[in-house]
Amino acid sequence: MTDQKPMCPSEGCETSTAGCGSRREFLGAATAAMAAALTGCGTLSKEEFLQHNFKELSKDEVLSVIDRLEKEYKAKYGKEVKVANTPPIPGVIFGYALDLSRCIGCRRCVHACVKENNQSRDPEVQWIRVLQMDKEEGVNLQHADQYYNPEEVPQEGHFYMPVQCQQCKKPPCTKVCPVGATWRDKDGIVVVDYNWCIGCRYCMAACPYGARHFNWGEPHLPADEVNPKTHYLGNRPRPKGVVEKCTFCIQRTRNGLYPACVEICPTGSRKFGNLLDKDSEIRYILENKRVFKFKEDLNTQPNFFYFYGV
Amino acid sequence: MRFPTLSTLAAGLLILLGSAAFADPPAAKPPSGTKAEDLAAPEGIQVPKPPFSEGIFPCTSCHDGKSMKPDTRRRELTGMHGDITLSHGPASRWCLDCHDANNRDSLHLASGEKIAFTASYLLCGQCHGDKLRDWRVGVHGKRTGSWNGAKQYLLCVNCHNPHTPRFQALKPMPAPTPPEQIQTRKGGAR
Amino acid sequence: MFTLRNFSGFFSDTLRLVTKGGLLYYAWVGFLLVLIAIGAGAYIGQLKDGLIVTRMRDQVSWGFYIGNFTFLVGVAAAAIMLVIPAYIYDWEPIKEITILGEMLAISALIMCLGFVMVDIGRPDRFWHIIPLVGRLNWPQSMLAWDVIVLNLYLLLNWFVVTYLLFCAYTERHYVKKLVLPLVLLSIPMAVSIHTVTAYLYNGLAARPFWNSAILAPRFLASAFCSGPAILLILLQVLRKTTKLTIKDEAIFKIAELMAYTMGFNLFLTAAEAFKELYSGTEHMVYFQYLLFGLRGHATLVPYAWASILCGLAAFILFLVPRTRTNWVTLNIGCVLIYASVYIEKGMGLIIPGLTPDVLGDIYVYQPSFTEVAVAAGIFAIGFLVFTLMLKAAVPMMLGEFTISKGRVPKEAPPQEI
Repeated sequence: MTDQKPMCPSEGCETSTAGCGSRREFLGAATAAMAAALTGCGTLSKEEFLQHNFKELSKDEVLSVIDRLEKEYKAKYGKEVKVANTPPIPGVIFGYALDLSRCIGCRRCVHACVKENNQSRDPEVQWIRVLQMDKEEGVNLQHADQYYNPEEVPQEGHFYMPVQCQQCKKPPCTKVCPVGATWRDKDGIVVVDYNWCIGCRYCMAACPYGARHFNWGEPHLPADEVNPKTHYLGNRPRPKGVVEKCTFCIQRTRNGLYPACVEICPTGSRKFGNLLDKDSEIRYILENKRVFKFKEDLNTQPNFFYFYGV
Repeated sequence: MRFPTLSTLAAGLLILLGSAAFADPPAAKPPSGTKAEDLAAPEGIQVPKPPFSEGIFPCTSCHDGKSMKPDTRRRELTGMHGDITLSHGPASRWCLDCHDANNRDSLHLASGEKIAFTASYLLCGQCHGDKLRDWRVGVHGKRTGSWNGAKQYLLCVNCHNPHTPRFQALKPMPAPTPPEQIQTRKGGAR
Repeated sequence: MFTLRNFSGFFSDTLRLVTKGGLLYYAWVGFLLVLIAIGAGAYIGQLKDGLIVTRMRDQVSWGFYIGNFTFLVGVAAAAIMLVIPAYIYDWEPIKEITILGEMLAISALIMCLGFVMVDIGRPDRFWHIIPLVGRLNWPQSMLAWDVIVLNLYLLLNWFVVTYLLFCAYTERHYVKKLVLPLVLLSIPMAVSIHTVTAYLYNGLAARPFWNSAILAPRFLASAFCSGPAILLILLQVLRKTTKLTIKDEAIFKIAELMAYTMGFNLFLTAAEAFKELYSGTEHMVYFQYLLFGLRGHATLVPYAWASILCGLAAFILFLVPRTRTNWVTLNIGCVLIYASVYIEKGMGLIIPGLTPDVLGDIYVYQPSFTEVAVAAGIFAIGFLVFTLMLKAAVPMMLGEFTISKGRVPKEAPPQEI
């Protein structure tokens, strides 16, 4: 694979802003070839190699990136995959509440998320971790078990606490990223630009909730299980070697739908809405139930609240 | 014969109007021009069909008031409906505290007022008022739909069997793969 | 121009020097090349399959590579152990050999960069971290700071070494006004690289094991007590194999300074242990995992205690003048302290910081064969760089190999400063 020929620039070359000087193209192609070698049997195109941070791209560049991605997904999975770039809705900051008195630990949220968000099946990536806690210990991580597998849940003497990205107002992960590949968007969702992340995993060390996950190997997603409705910053199929995490189903919530985990929960333990809307479910919970924040002493100010509804 | 005086007329009018004023208070504020569908969905809450057992509804196909007379004695049922285990406060409650003795196709509230099966949440809410309050705003129970738009409700009975209301235990979905077992995918693209 | 023309001569002559040597030299270089080949082969496998060929997983997302990186940053910082007495106290015996410390720093930094390259998931996106070309999240990200200071320090050392050797080669005196400020600058720079690397870990509130105020002082203390150990051994080797004169008192002075830093290092470690174990909060679990085992997992325990005992033994050997000035015990002490700090920086820092993980899960991490092979390859690259630099530098420093040996300078006489 080190003797791989430089990839011919794919269709977008004529419109790209990469300049038409042949020397520059050659350099770009040569470095792309080296880069392709570095990714190992890579299918790295020149455009992908040279693509800049998403926040720095112009509208046209974004469109060409999306166009390129949709073509790649079509070629890889044989179906029409749409990559949206829906912006945040003005006047919206998402909040999430989880009822610890009602969660029974059935893990339907975990698997609904996997299906909705195109996570790798093998090696397995799961954005939600459900912790089985001891009732006598309360929320105590040293007495938590995420690998429980009894015949039925809930089990006697235990309660269940799912953990996923808390979409913090002061995220420690965005602070430490050396290349600015992850940031907090205006509606409160902390997003990752999968085409900019260098895979250093500093954000994973920084996250107190274990919310960020890494594609250690080439993600395997069977073509028939691909969810074709994707968002650039959300559930589009990710490459090897980058970090990913829960995005509050950005591809759904920016179109007004509930996240997949909220919809699938059989006990209605998960509630979601706009924190800035005084009539929303989430505001009702903050007002009428007693919420707490996970690891609040770390001052991450999550937009994810746990409460006891009963 | 003397004609009624003005005062008598006025008094009669007053009595007429007064009796209207003393009529039963409107139940759950049905809007003016009440239709049958609106009674089935008070407060405009749309719910799915109640999860009846196969063939059990309408109850009046058997309980027509002619072939069977209502037996309002509190007892444990044997024979028909004997398969229903009632563990919903059985010491203080039995079937006809919720099911209407005279019209088996409806339920009744504590006041005696009849409500449709599609409005059973009002019945549950009589005792479980805090749950009803939360359910109305969408904070109790599963909801689907849009966080900023139309949402769907479920009936209480869609999750809680009214005869044995405790939420049933479920078989958990598979546990995550422990990290020691996450390996390179064999036979994948190499 | 004089400089430019002779620089190309300098370059080609350096090449000649490093490609000619005795049997031992060829054997050593050959051995290193074999290791590099093994490492490269393993790395190609990692490029193909991704980092899954390591045993790092979500729970322990940093491991052997970053542990080695951290240790080597300490080694690079420790080069200034020589600079301080040489230039600040104007201590002649060390002055001439400061350049060796700087060459060690260069080799260590090259290895650091190597370990970072092999650790990131997308090496093809390495350019994202270059300021202006990519997008460097400075000043927020401590990694961004680290990128800047490590490369600046590398550049500084590379420049000083090249300049000094070039002057020796062209038989000119180096310009003190140029060199001295740079060398003095390297002192705070060396402190800065290790402090910034410490801050990488220190700033993470999610990891209570690292989120301790004395982490940066601990890093510096352990760097200063272990880095020079390699140099001490190296100096003895060079004394025997070349005509380089290094006074005994220079070596013993370095050893004495190391003894004090070792003592300070032990004190800081004890302070850390006291705080965690006496207060007995839940944060104790990381120390427990390291020193005593936790919930049946005790993989690190023998290494942790070995590190502590080696460090103690080395401290005593270096502190007592009789054992410090005895070549056998001195060298044993060097090996002991090197081993102690190597374990402490790798297994004793990274792993307990991540185990148990933030949700209380324990994943027992051990490096895979690929990680060890790649690391061996990178160490071999560092050793090779150091060897080649020495091979060229020592003859030039001794004046045995200069421009006039077989060659006429194009112009101009030696300059007087």
